[in-house]
Amino acid sequence: MAPNPAIVLSGLAKSYGAVEAVRGVDLTIAHGETVAILGPNGAGKTTTIDMMLGLARPDSGTVSVFGRTPAQAVASGAIGGMLQTGTLLRDLSVRELVTMVASLYPNPLGVDEVLGVTATAEIADRRTHKLSGGQTQRVRFAMALVSNPDLLVLDEPTAALDVSSRRDFWAIMRRSAAGGKTVVFATHYLEEADAYADRIVFMTRGKIVADGPATEIKARVGHRSIRATLVDADPEELRALRGVLSVDRRGESIVLRCQESDQALRDLLLRYPAVRDIEVTGAGLEDAFIELTGDPAEEDDQRSEGAA
Amino acid sequence: MTTVPYTRLEVLRTFRNVRFFLFSIAFPLLLFYIVAGTNRHARLAGIPFPLYYMAGMASWGAMASVMAGGARISLERSVGWTRQMRITPLSTFAYFRAKVLSGYVMAAVSLALLFAAGLTLGVRLSVGHWFEMTGLMLVGLVPFVVLGILLGHLLNSESMGPALGGIVAIFALIGGAWGPIARSGTLHSIAKAIPSYWLVQAAHVSLGAGVWGARGWIVLAAWTLVLLRLTVRVYRRDTARI
Repeated sequence: MAPNPAIVLSGLAKSYGAVEAVRGVDLTIAHGETVAILGPNGAGKTTTIDMMLGLARPDSGTVSVFGRTPAQAVASGAIGGMLQTGTLLRDLSVRELVTMVASLYPNPLGVDEVLGVTATAEIADRRTHKLSGGQTQRVRFAMALVSNPDLLVLDEPTAALDVSSRRDFWAIMRRSAAGGKTVVFATHYLEEADAYADRIVFMTRGKIVADGPATEIKARVGHRSIRATLVDADPEELRALRGVLSVDRRGESIVLRCQESDQALRDLLLRYPAVRDIEVTGAGLEDAFIELTGDPAEEDDQRSEGAA
Repeated sequence: MTTVPYTRLEVLRTFRNVRFFLFSIAFPLLLFYIVAGTNRHARLAGIPFPLYYMAGMASWGAMASVMAGGARISLERSVGWTRQMRITPLSTFAYFRAKVLSGYVMAAVSLALLFAAGLTLGVRLSVGHWFEMTGLMLVGLVPFVVLGILLGHLLNSESMGPALGGIVAIFALIGGAWGPIARSGTLHSIAKAIPSYWLVQAAHVSLGAGVWGARGWIVLAAWTLVLLRLTVRVYRRDTARI
Protein backbone atom coordinates (compact mmCIF):
# COMPACT_ATOMS: atom_id res chain seq x y z
CA MET A 1 0.00 0.00 0.00
CA ALA A 2 1.17 3.51 -0.79
CA PRO A 3 2.70 5.48 2.08
CA ASN A 4 -0.10 8.06 2.04
CA PRO A 5 -3.34 6.26 1.36
CA ALA A 6 -6.32 8.23 0.06
CA ILE A 7 -8.84 6.63 2.39
CA VAL A 8 -8.42 4.74 5.63
CA LEU A 9 -11.44 3.26 7.35
CA SER A 10 -10.72 1.43 10.58
CA GLY A 11 -13.07 -0.48 12.79
CA LEU A 12 -16.12 1.27 11.39
CA ALA A 13 -19.46 0.30 12.89
CA LYS A 14 -22.87 1.90 12.58
CA SER A 15 -26.32 0.80 13.70
CA TYR A 16 -29.69 2.30 12.91
CA GLY A 17 -31.83 1.29 15.85
CA ALA A 18 -31.67 -2.50 16.07
CA VAL A 19 -30.23 -2.84 12.56
CA GLU A 20 -26.46 -3.24 12.48
CA ALA A 21 -25.79 -1.71 9.08
CA VAL A 22 -22.00 -1.84 9.27
CA ARG A 23 -20.21 -4.22 11.62
CA GLY A 24 -16.49 -3.56 11.71
CA VAL A 25 -15.12 -2.41 8.37
CA ASP A 26 -11.38 -1.93 7.83
CA LEU A 27 -10.40 -0.65 4.42
CA THR A 28 -7.44 1.23 2.96
CA ILE A 29 -7.64 2.70 -0.52
CA ALA A 30 -4.56 4.05 -2.29
CA HIS A 31 -4.35 7.20 -4.43
CA GLY A 32 -5.55 6.61 -7.95
CA GLU A 33 -7.25 3.30 -7.26
CA THR A 34 -10.67 2.53 -8.71
CA VAL A 35 -12.50 0.44 -6.16
CA ALA A 36 -15.90 -1.16 -6.42
CA ILE A 37 -17.82 -1.88 -3.27
CA LEU A 38 -19.89 -4.83 -4.33
CA GLY A 39 -22.68 -6.43 -2.40
CA PRO A 40 -26.36 -7.29 -2.37
CA ASN A 41 -28.96 -4.82 -1.11
CA GLY A 42 -28.64 -4.18 2.60
CA ALA A 43 -24.96 -5.15 2.69
CA GLY A 44 -23.96 -1.83 4.26
CA LYS A 45 -22.46 -0.25 1.14
CA THR A 46 -24.37 3.03 1.37
CA THR A 47 -23.80 3.36 5.12
CA THR A 48 -20.06 2.83 4.59
CA ILE A 49 -20.03 5.47 1.85
CA ASP A 50 -22.07 7.89 3.98
CA MET A 51 -19.48 7.59 6.75
CA MET A 52 -16.68 8.07 4.20
CA LEU A 53 -18.36 11.33 3.12
CA GLY A 54 -19.18 12.51 6.63
CA LEU A 55 -22.93 12.21 6.06
CA ALA A 56 -23.23 9.64 8.84
CA ARG A 57 -21.32 9.55 12.10
CA PRO A 58 -19.81 6.14 12.92
CA ASP A 59 -20.82 4.58 16.24
CA SER A 60 -17.21 3.46 16.52
CA GLY A 61 -14.10 3.49 14.36
CA THR A 62 -12.44 6.24 12.38
CA VAL A 63 -12.50 7.64 8.85
CA SER A 64 -9.60 9.44 7.26
CA VAL A 65 -9.78 10.95 3.76
CA PHE A 66 -6.47 12.32 2.44
CA GLY A 67 -5.27 12.34 6.06
CA ARG A 68 -8.13 14.55 7.22
CA THR A 69 -11.63 14.12 8.57
CA PRO A 70 -14.37 13.72 5.95
CA ALA A 71 -15.73 17.17 6.89
CA GLN A 72 -12.34 18.81 6.26
CA ALA A 73 -11.89 16.93 2.98
CA VAL A 74 -15.38 17.97 1.86
CA ALA A 75 -14.81 21.60 2.85
CA SER A 76 -11.58 21.76 0.83
CA GLY A 77 -13.36 20.49 -2.27
CA ALA A 78 -11.41 17.23 -2.42
CA ILE A 79 -14.54 15.09 -2.70
CA GLY A 80 -17.15 14.97 -5.41
CA GLY A 81 -19.94 12.53 -5.29
CA MET A 82 -23.14 11.13 -6.58
CA LEU A 83 -25.40 9.83 -3.86
CA GLN A 84 -27.74 6.92 -4.35
CA THR A 85 -30.92 8.92 -3.99
CA GLY A 86 -31.78 12.47 -4.77
CA THR A 87 -33.29 14.53 -7.53
CA LEU A 88 -32.22 17.85 -8.94
CA LEU A 89 -33.02 21.35 -7.77
CA ARG A 90 -36.00 22.62 -9.78
CA ASP A 91 -36.50 25.91 -11.61
CA LEU A 92 -33.00 25.88 -13.08
CA SER A 93 -31.68 24.71 -16.44
CA VAL A 94 -29.24 21.82 -16.62
CA ARG A 95 -26.43 24.22 -17.53
CA GLU A 96 -27.26 26.55 -14.64
CA LEU A 97 -27.34 23.68 -12.17
CA VAL A 98 -23.99 22.28 -13.31
CA THR A 99 -22.53 25.82 -13.24
CA MET A 100 -23.86 26.28 -9.72
CA VAL A 101 -22.10 23.14 -8.49
CA ALA A 102 -18.90 23.96 -10.41
CA SER A 103 -18.72 27.38 -8.75
CA LEU A 104 -18.46 25.77 -5.32
CA TYR A 105 -15.22 23.89 -6.11
CA PRO A 106 -11.64 25.18 -6.27
CA ASN A 107 -10.63 23.47 -9.57
CA PRO A 108 -13.77 22.72 -11.53
CA LEU A 109 -13.74 21.39 -15.07
CA GLY A 110 -15.27 23.49 -17.82
CA VAL A 111 -19.06 23.27 -17.76
CA ASP A 112 -19.39 22.86 -21.53
CA GLU A 113 -16.72 20.18 -21.57
CA VAL A 114 -18.55 18.19 -18.89
CA LEU A 115 -21.94 18.65 -20.57
CA GLY A 116 -20.37 17.27 -23.74
CA VAL A 117 -18.74 14.29 -22.08
CA THR A 118 -21.85 13.31 -20.12
CA ALA A 119 -24.11 13.59 -23.17
CA THR A 120 -26.14 16.34 -21.54
CA ALA A 121 -25.21 19.14 -23.96
CA GLU A 122 -28.42 18.68 -25.96
CA ILE A 123 -30.54 19.10 -22.82
CA ALA A 124 -28.39 21.91 -21.35
CA ASP A 125 -31.12 24.53 -21.64
CA ARG A 126 -33.94 22.33 -20.42
CA ARG A 127 -35.35 22.84 -16.91
CA THR A 128 -34.20 20.18 -14.49
CA HIS A 129 -37.71 19.04 -13.52
CA LYS A 130 -38.54 18.17 -17.12
CA LEU A 131 -35.97 15.39 -17.58
CA SER A 132 -36.36 11.63 -17.89
CA GLY A 133 -34.86 9.29 -15.30
CA GLY A 134 -31.82 8.51 -17.44
CA GLN A 135 -31.24 12.20 -18.22
CA THR A 136 -31.53 13.11 -14.52
CA GLN A 137 -28.95 10.48 -13.67
CA ARG A 138 -26.57 11.83 -16.35
CA VAL A 139 -26.96 15.36 -14.96
CA ARG A 140 -26.25 14.09 -11.45
CA PHE A 141 -23.13 12.46 -12.83
CA ALA A 142 -22.19 15.72 -14.58
CA MET A 143 -22.47 17.49 -11.22
CA ALA A 144 -20.09 14.99 -9.63
CA LEU A 145 -17.68 15.18 -12.55
CA VAL A 146 -17.55 18.98 -12.94
CA SER A 147 -16.29 19.31 -9.37
CA ASN A 148 -13.06 17.66 -10.57
CA PRO A 149 -12.31 16.20 -7.14
CA ASP A 150 -9.36 14.05 -6.05
CA LEU A 151 -11.86 11.49 -4.80
CA LEU A 152 -14.96 10.65 -6.80
CA VAL A 153 -17.58 8.65 -4.90
CA LEU A 154 -20.53 7.12 -6.73
CA ASP A 155 -23.18 5.28 -4.76
CA GLU A 156 -24.98 2.85 -7.09
CA PRO A 157 -24.90 5.31 -9.97
CA THR A 158 -26.71 2.94 -12.32
CA ALA A 159 -29.28 1.47 -9.92
CA ALA A 160 -32.18 3.39 -11.46
CA LEU A 161 -31.16 2.77 -15.07
CA ASP A 162 -32.17 0.20 -17.67
CA VAL A 163 -29.56 -2.02 -19.29
CA SER A 164 -28.72 0.22 -22.24
CA SER A 165 -28.53 3.40 -20.11
CA ARG A 166 -26.31 1.49 -17.74
CA ARG A 167 -23.94 0.64 -20.58
CA ASP A 168 -23.98 4.28 -21.75
CA PHE A 169 -23.20 5.48 -18.25
CA TRP A 170 -20.09 3.35 -17.94
CA ALA A 171 -18.96 4.29 -21.43
CA ILE A 172 -19.15 7.95 -20.35
CA MET A 173 -17.42 7.15 -17.10
CA ARG A 174 -14.59 5.39 -18.92
CA ARG A 175 -14.17 8.34 -21.31
CA SER A 176 -14.20 10.97 -18.63
CA ALA A 177 -12.56 9.78 -15.44
CA ALA A 178 -9.19 11.40 -15.67
CA GLY A 179 -6.13 9.47 -14.59
CA GLY A 180 -4.86 9.95 -11.08
CA LYS A 181 -8.28 10.27 -9.52
CA THR A 182 -9.35 7.94 -6.77
CA VAL A 183 -12.74 6.48 -7.59
CA VAL A 184 -14.97 4.53 -5.22
CA PHE A 185 -18.29 3.22 -6.43
CA ALA A 186 -20.93 0.95 -4.97
CA THR A 187 -22.80 -1.53 -7.10
CA HIS A 188 -24.69 -4.76 -6.88
CA TYR A 189 -23.70 -5.87 -10.35
CA LEU A 190 -20.64 -8.13 -10.49
CA GLU A 191 -20.17 -7.38 -14.20
CA GLU A 192 -20.02 -3.63 -13.48
CA ALA A 193 -17.48 -4.08 -10.73
CA ASP A 194 -15.40 -6.42 -12.88
CA ALA A 195 -15.54 -4.22 -15.98
CA TYR A 196 -14.69 -0.96 -14.33
CA ALA A 197 -12.80 -1.44 -11.05
CA ASP A 198 -9.16 -2.35 -10.42
CA ARG A 199 -10.18 -3.77 -7.11
CA ILE A 200 -13.36 -5.22 -5.68
CA VAL A 201 -14.38 -5.03 -2.05
CA PHE A 202 -17.16 -7.50 -1.48
CA MET A 203 -19.54 -6.66 1.40
CA THR A 204 -22.37 -8.65 2.87
CA ARG A 205 -24.28 -8.12 6.10
CA GLY A 206 -22.21 -5.15 7.17
CA LYS A 207 -18.81 -6.78 6.72
CA ILE A 208 -16.13 -7.07 4.08
CA VAL A 209 -15.97 -10.74 3.06
CA ALA A 210 -13.50 -10.45 0.19
CA ASP A 211 -11.11 -7.79 -1.04
CA GLY A 212 -8.73 -8.05 -3.94
CA PRO A 213 -8.00 -7.37 -7.60
CA ALA A 214 -11.14 -7.55 -9.73
CA THR A 215 -9.90 -10.58 -11.67
CA GLU A 216 -9.16 -12.48 -8.47
CA ILE A 217 -12.53 -11.76 -6.87
CA LYS A 218 -14.24 -12.69 -10.06
CA ALA A 219 -12.35 -15.97 -10.21
CA ARG A 220 -13.36 -16.73 -6.65
CA VAL A 221 -16.99 -15.82 -6.96
CA GLY A 222 -17.59 -15.74 -10.67
CA HIS A 223 -18.24 -19.38 -11.39
CA ARG A 224 -19.66 -19.90 -14.82
CA SER A 225 -22.23 -22.23 -16.18
CA ILE A 226 -22.19 -23.95 -19.54
CA ARG A 227 -25.63 -24.57 -20.94
CA ALA A 228 -26.00 -26.73 -24.07
CA THR A 229 -28.19 -29.18 -25.90
CA LEU A 230 -26.84 -32.71 -25.77
CA VAL A 231 -28.88 -35.87 -26.20
CA ASP A 232 -27.99 -39.14 -24.46
CA ALA A 233 -25.02 -38.08 -22.40
CA ASP A 234 -24.22 -39.75 -19.16
CA PRO A 235 -24.19 -37.20 -16.29
CA GLU A 236 -21.46 -39.18 -14.53
CA GLU A 237 -19.19 -38.87 -17.56
CA LEU A 238 -19.96 -35.18 -17.90
CA ARG A 239 -19.03 -34.55 -14.30
CA ALA A 240 -15.69 -36.24 -14.93
CA LEU A 241 -14.75 -33.50 -17.43
CA ARG A 242 -11.97 -31.24 -16.17
CA GLY A 243 -13.21 -28.05 -14.51
CA VAL A 244 -16.78 -29.18 -13.96
CA LEU A 245 -18.27 -28.93 -10.47
CA SER A 246 -21.75 -30.27 -11.00
CA VAL A 247 -24.13 -31.41 -13.71
CA ASP A 248 -27.80 -30.82 -14.15
CA ARG A 249 -29.89 -32.49 -16.87
CA ARG A 250 -33.17 -31.03 -18.04
CA GLY A 251 -34.51 -33.15 -20.85
CA GLU A 252 -32.20 -32.64 -23.80
CA SER A 253 -30.33 -29.75 -22.24
CA ILE A 254 -27.48 -29.91 -19.79
CA VAL A 255 -26.11 -27.31 -17.38
CA LEU A 256 -22.52 -27.69 -16.20
CA ARG A 257 -21.51 -25.51 -13.26
CA CYS A 258 -17.79 -24.94 -13.72
CA GLN A 259 -14.74 -23.94 -11.79
CA GLU A 260 -12.82 -23.64 -15.07
CA SER A 261 -15.33 -23.06 -17.82
CA ASP A 262 -12.72 -22.68 -20.60
CA GLN A 263 -11.18 -26.07 -19.83
CA ALA A 264 -14.57 -27.72 -19.44
CA LEU A 265 -15.74 -26.31 -22.76
CA ARG A 266 -12.69 -27.64 -24.62
CA ASP A 267 -13.20 -31.12 -23.18
CA LEU A 268 -16.92 -31.00 -23.85
CA LEU A 269 -16.47 -30.14 -27.51
CA LEU A 270 -13.75 -32.75 -27.95
CA ARG A 271 -15.64 -35.56 -26.24
CA TYR A 272 -19.13 -34.78 -27.56
CA PRO A 273 -19.06 -33.51 -31.15
CA ALA A 274 -22.88 -33.55 -31.16
CA VAL A 275 -23.16 -30.81 -28.54
CA ARG A 276 -24.92 -27.63 -29.79
CA ASP A 277 -26.59 -24.38 -28.65
CA ILE A 278 -23.74 -23.67 -26.24
CA GLU A 279 -24.08 -20.74 -23.83
CA VAL A 280 -21.57 -19.73 -21.17
CA THR A 281 -22.95 -17.45 -18.45
CA GLY A 282 -21.46 -15.83 -15.38
CA ALA A 283 -22.75 -16.54 -11.92
CA GLY A 284 -25.09 -14.06 -10.26
CA LEU A 285 -24.27 -12.15 -7.15
CA GLU A 286 -26.41 -14.52 -5.10
CA ASP A 287 -24.12 -17.40 -6.06
CA ALA A 288 -21.09 -15.29 -5.22
CA PHE A 289 -22.63 -14.45 -1.89
CA ILE A 290 -23.12 -18.14 -1.08
CA GLU A 291 -19.63 -18.91 -2.28
CA LEU A 292 -17.98 -16.33 -0.04
CA THR A 293 -20.02 -16.54 3.10
CA GLY A 294 -20.19 -20.34 2.91
CA ASP A 295 -23.68 -20.32 4.33
CA PRO A 296 -23.95 -24.03 5.33
CA ALA A 297 -27.62 -24.53 4.53
CA GLU A 298 -27.18 -23.07 1.09
CA GLU A 299 -24.03 -25.04 0.48
CA ASP A 300 -25.74 -28.33 1.35
CA ASP A 301 -28.42 -27.53 -1.18
CA GLN A 302 -25.76 -27.03 -3.82
CA ARG A 303 -24.10 -30.34 -3.00
CA SER A 304 -27.26 -32.37 -3.08
CA GLU A 305 -28.11 -30.77 -6.41
CA GLY A 306 -24.70 -31.78 -7.69
CA ALA A 307 -25.12 -35.36 -6.51
CA ALA A 308 -28.61 -35.84 -7.86
CA MET B 1 -14.51 29.02 -4.76
CA THR B 2 -17.13 31.71 -4.43
CA THR B 3 -20.72 31.52 -3.34
CA VAL B 4 -21.84 34.42 -5.56
CA PRO B 5 -23.06 32.25 -8.49
CA TYR B 6 -24.77 29.92 -6.03
CA THR B 7 -26.64 32.77 -4.37
CA ARG B 8 -27.46 34.42 -7.71
CA LEU B 9 -28.98 31.20 -9.07
CA GLU B 10 -30.85 30.67 -5.81
CA VAL B 11 -32.50 34.07 -6.27
CA LEU B 12 -33.15 33.35 -9.94
CA ARG B 13 -34.96 30.15 -9.00
CA THR B 14 -37.32 32.05 -6.74
CA PHE B 15 -38.16 34.51 -9.53
CA ARG B 16 -39.06 31.58 -11.78
CA ASN B 17 -41.50 30.16 -9.29
CA VAL B 18 -44.85 31.36 -10.63
CA ARG B 19 -46.90 30.17 -7.64
CA PHE B 20 -44.72 32.29 -5.43
CA PHE B 21 -45.60 35.45 -7.29
CA LEU B 22 -49.26 34.62 -7.14
CA PHE B 23 -49.46 34.05 -3.39
CA SER B 24 -46.83 36.41 -2.03
CA ILE B 25 -47.25 39.37 -4.35
CA ALA B 26 -50.35 39.25 -6.56
CA PHE B 27 -52.84 38.53 -3.74
CA PRO B 28 -51.72 41.35 -1.41
CA LEU B 29 -51.58 43.74 -4.37
CA LEU B 30 -55.07 42.82 -5.51
CA LEU B 31 -56.52 43.11 -2.01
CA PHE B 32 -54.85 46.49 -1.57
CA TYR B 33 -56.55 47.91 -4.67
CA ILE B 34 -59.93 46.42 -3.75
CA VAL B 35 -60.00 47.54 -0.12
CA ALA B 36 -57.93 50.72 -0.13
CA GLY B 37 -59.38 51.81 -3.47
CA THR B 38 -62.86 51.98 -1.97
CA ASN B 39 -61.62 53.77 1.18
CA ARG B 40 -59.25 56.17 -0.50
CA HIS B 41 -60.09 59.20 1.58
CA ALA B 42 -60.84 57.46 4.87
CA ARG B 43 -58.50 57.28 7.84
CA LEU B 44 -57.49 54.22 9.85
CA ALA B 45 -55.65 54.11 13.21
CA GLY B 46 -54.81 57.80 12.94
CA ILE B 47 -53.27 57.70 9.44
CA PRO B 48 -54.68 57.74 5.88
CA PHE B 49 -56.43 54.47 5.04
CA PRO B 50 -54.34 53.73 1.90
CA LEU B 51 -51.09 54.25 3.86
CA TYR B 52 -52.18 51.85 6.60
CA TYR B 53 -53.40 49.28 4.13
CA MET B 54 -50.30 49.61 1.97
CA ALA B 55 -48.08 48.81 4.97
CA GLY B 56 -50.45 46.00 6.00
CA MET B 57 -50.47 44.30 2.61
CA ALA B 58 -46.72 44.86 2.17
CA SER B 59 -46.15 43.23 5.56
CA TRP B 60 -48.30 40.27 4.58
CA GLY B 61 -46.50 39.77 1.26
CA ALA B 62 -43.03 40.34 2.71
CA MET B 63 -43.65 37.93 5.59
CA ALA B 64 -44.74 35.27 3.10
CA SER B 65 -41.65 36.02 0.97
CA VAL B 66 -39.01 35.71 3.66
CA MET B 67 -40.66 32.67 5.23
CA ALA B 68 -40.88 30.94 1.86
CA GLY B 69 -37.09 31.33 1.52
CA GLY B 70 -36.43 29.16 4.56
CA ALA B 71 -39.41 26.91 3.99
CA ARG B 72 -37.92 25.74 0.69
CA ILE B 73 -35.31 23.91 2.75
CA SER B 74 -38.04 21.38 3.50
CA LEU B 75 -38.45 20.46 -0.15
CA GLU B 76 -34.68 20.38 -0.68
CA ARG B 77 -34.34 18.00 2.26
CA SER B 78 -37.08 15.70 0.98
CA VAL B 79 -35.57 15.35 -2.50
CA GLY B 80 -32.04 14.76 -1.18
CA TRP B 81 -30.62 18.07 -2.39
CA THR B 82 -29.48 19.08 1.09
CA ARG B 83 -27.45 15.88 1.39
CA GLN B 84 -25.95 16.51 -2.03
CA MET B 85 -24.92 20.02 -0.92
CA ARG B 86 -23.42 18.65 2.28
CA ILE B 87 -20.75 16.81 0.27
CA THR B 88 -19.75 20.01 -1.56
CA PRO B 89 -17.57 22.77 -0.06
CA LEU B 90 -20.69 24.96 0.34
CA SER B 91 -20.81 25.77 4.04
CA THR B 92 -23.97 25.54 6.09
CA PHE B 93 -23.67 29.27 6.68
CA ALA B 94 -23.52 30.06 2.95
CA TYR B 95 -26.45 27.70 2.32
CA PHE B 96 -28.61 29.57 4.83
CA ARG B 97 -27.34 32.95 3.69
CA ALA B 98 -28.55 32.24 0.15
CA LYS B 99 -31.98 31.30 1.51
CA VAL B 100 -32.14 34.47 3.61
CA LEU B 101 -30.97 36.66 0.74
CA SER B 102 -33.40 35.21 -1.78
CA GLY B 103 -36.18 35.66 0.80
CA TYR B 104 -35.19 39.29 1.28
CA VAL B 105 -34.92 39.99 -2.45
CA MET B 106 -38.47 38.69 -2.85
CA ALA B 107 -39.61 40.73 0.15
CA ALA B 108 -38.04 43.82 -1.42
CA VAL B 109 -39.97 43.16 -4.65
CA SER B 110 -43.14 42.76 -2.61
CA LEU B 111 -42.54 46.04 -0.72
CA ALA B 112 -41.59 47.96 -3.88
CA LEU B 113 -44.71 46.88 -5.77
CA LEU B 114 -47.02 47.68 -2.84
CA PHE B 115 -45.36 51.06 -2.29
CA ALA B 116 -45.77 51.85 -5.99
CA ALA B 117 -49.41 50.83 -5.71
CA GLY B 118 -49.71 53.10 -2.67
CA LEU B 119 -48.41 56.05 -4.70
CA THR B 120 -51.12 55.47 -7.31
CA LEU B 121 -53.76 55.69 -4.58
CA GLY B 122 -52.36 58.95 -3.24
CA VAL B 123 -50.06 57.78 -0.43
CA ARG B 124 -47.58 60.58 0.21
CA LEU B 125 -44.62 60.51 2.57
CA SER B 126 -41.37 62.46 2.71
CA VAL B 127 -38.34 60.69 1.25
CA GLY B 128 -36.95 60.32 4.76
CA HIS B 129 -40.13 58.67 5.97
CA TRP B 130 -40.21 56.26 3.02
CA PHE B 131 -36.69 55.18 3.90
CA GLU B 132 -37.43 54.94 7.59
CA MET B 133 -40.54 52.84 7.00
CA THR B 134 -38.71 50.53 4.60
CA GLY B 135 -35.81 50.13 7.03
CA LEU B 136 -38.11 49.32 9.94
CA MET B 137 -40.00 46.77 7.88
CA LEU B 138 -36.80 45.05 6.74
CA VAL B 139 -35.69 44.78 10.38
CA GLY B 140 -39.16 43.66 11.43
CA LEU B 141 -38.91 40.74 9.00
CA VAL B 142 -35.92 39.20 10.81
CA PRO B 143 -37.95 36.94 13.16
CA PHE B 144 -39.93 35.69 10.16
CA VAL B 145 -36.74 34.80 8.29
CA VAL B 146 -35.72 32.64 11.23
CA LEU B 147 -39.22 31.17 11.54
CA GLY B 148 -39.07 30.14 7.87
CA ILE B 149 -35.81 28.24 8.40
CA LEU B 150 -37.26 26.63 11.54
CA LEU B 151 -40.32 25.44 9.63
CA GLY B 152 -38.07 24.23 6.81
CA HIS B 153 -36.46 21.78 9.22
CA LEU B 154 -39.58 20.97 11.22
CA LEU B 155 -42.20 20.20 8.59
CA ASN B 156 -42.22 17.92 5.58
CA SER B 157 -42.75 19.35 2.13
CA GLU B 158 -46.35 18.08 1.84
CA SER B 159 -47.57 19.96 4.90
CA MET B 160 -45.48 23.05 4.17
CA GLY B 161 -47.89 24.79 1.79
CA PRO B 162 -50.95 24.87 4.04
CA ALA B 163 -48.84 25.40 7.19
CA LEU B 164 -47.07 28.39 5.71
CA GLY B 165 -50.27 29.96 4.40
CA GLY B 166 -52.00 29.48 7.75
CA ILE B 167 -49.14 30.77 9.87
CA VAL B 168 -48.63 33.85 7.71
CA ALA B 169 -52.39 34.53 7.79
CA ILE B 170 -52.51 34.30 11.61
CA PHE B 171 -49.55 36.65 12.01
CA ALA B 172 -51.04 39.04 9.45
CA LEU B 173 -54.45 38.98 11.16
CA ILE B 174 -53.21 39.50 14.74
CA GLY B 175 -50.62 42.00 13.57
CA GLY B 176 -53.40 44.07 12.01
CA ALA B 177 -52.33 43.73 8.38
CA TRP B 178 -55.99 43.71 7.33
CA GLY B 179 -56.92 46.39 9.89
CA PRO B 180 -56.31 46.65 13.63
CA ILE B 181 -57.97 43.78 15.53
CA ALA B 182 -58.50 45.91 18.67
CA ARG B 183 -57.75 49.44 19.86
CA SER B 184 -57.45 48.50 23.54
CA GLY B 185 -57.89 45.64 25.98
CA THR B 186 -56.46 42.12 26.09
CA LEU B 187 -56.52 41.52 22.35
CA HIS B 188 -54.58 44.75 21.80
CA SER B 189 -51.99 43.70 24.39
CA ILE B 190 -51.61 40.32 22.72
CA ALA B 191 -51.15 41.97 19.33
CA LYS B 192 -48.41 44.20 20.74
CA ALA B 193 -46.43 41.08 21.77
CA ILE B 194 -46.46 39.76 18.19
CA PRO B 195 -43.70 40.85 15.77
CA SER B 196 -46.05 41.34 12.81
CA TYR B 197 -47.86 44.08 14.77
CA TRP B 198 -44.67 46.15 14.71
CA LEU B 199 -44.16 45.40 11.04
CA VAL B 200 -47.53 47.00 10.26
CA GLN B 201 -46.86 49.82 12.74
CA ALA B 202 -43.96 50.95 10.54
CA ALA B 203 -46.65 52.81 8.59
CA HIS B 204 -46.85 55.30 11.46
CA VAL B 205 -43.46 56.90 10.70
CA SER B 206 -45.14 60.14 9.67
CA LEU B 207 -46.59 60.59 13.17
CA GLY B 208 -43.18 61.35 14.64
CA ALA B 209 -40.01 59.76 15.92
CA GLY B 210 -39.85 56.42 17.69
CA VAL B 211 -42.64 54.51 15.95
CA TRP B 212 -41.67 51.31 17.68
CA GLY B 213 -40.40 52.55 20.99
CA ALA B 214 -38.51 50.25 23.35
CA ARG B 215 -41.42 47.82 23.43
CA GLY B 216 -41.31 47.14 19.69
CA TRP B 217 -37.57 46.54 19.64
CA ILE B 218 -37.76 44.24 22.67
CA VAL B 219 -40.59 42.16 21.16
CA LEU B 220 -38.68 41.74 17.90
CA ALA B 221 -35.41 40.89 19.64
CA ALA B 222 -37.08 38.38 21.97
CA TRP B 223 -38.90 36.58 19.15
CA THR B 224 -35.72 36.47 17.08
CA LEU B 225 -33.63 35.02 19.92
CA VAL B 226 -36.18 32.40 20.92
CA LEU B 227 -36.76 31.32 17.31
CA LEU B 228 -32.99 31.19 16.70
CA ARG B 229 -32.49 28.89 19.70
CA LEU B 230 -35.30 26.61 18.55
CA THR B 231 -33.92 26.58 15.01
CA VAL B 232 -30.43 25.61 16.16
CA ARG B 233 -31.90 22.78 18.25
CA VAL B 234 -34.11 21.47 15.44
CA TYR B 235 -31.30 21.80 12.89
CA ARG B 236 -28.93 19.75 15.08
CA ARG B 237 -31.53 17.03 15.62
CA ASP B 238 -32.35 17.00 11.94
CA THR B 239 -28.78 16.68 10.66
CA ALA B 240 -27.68 14.19 13.32
CA ARG B 241 -30.35 11.77 12.16
CA ILE B 242 -29.34 11.73 8.52
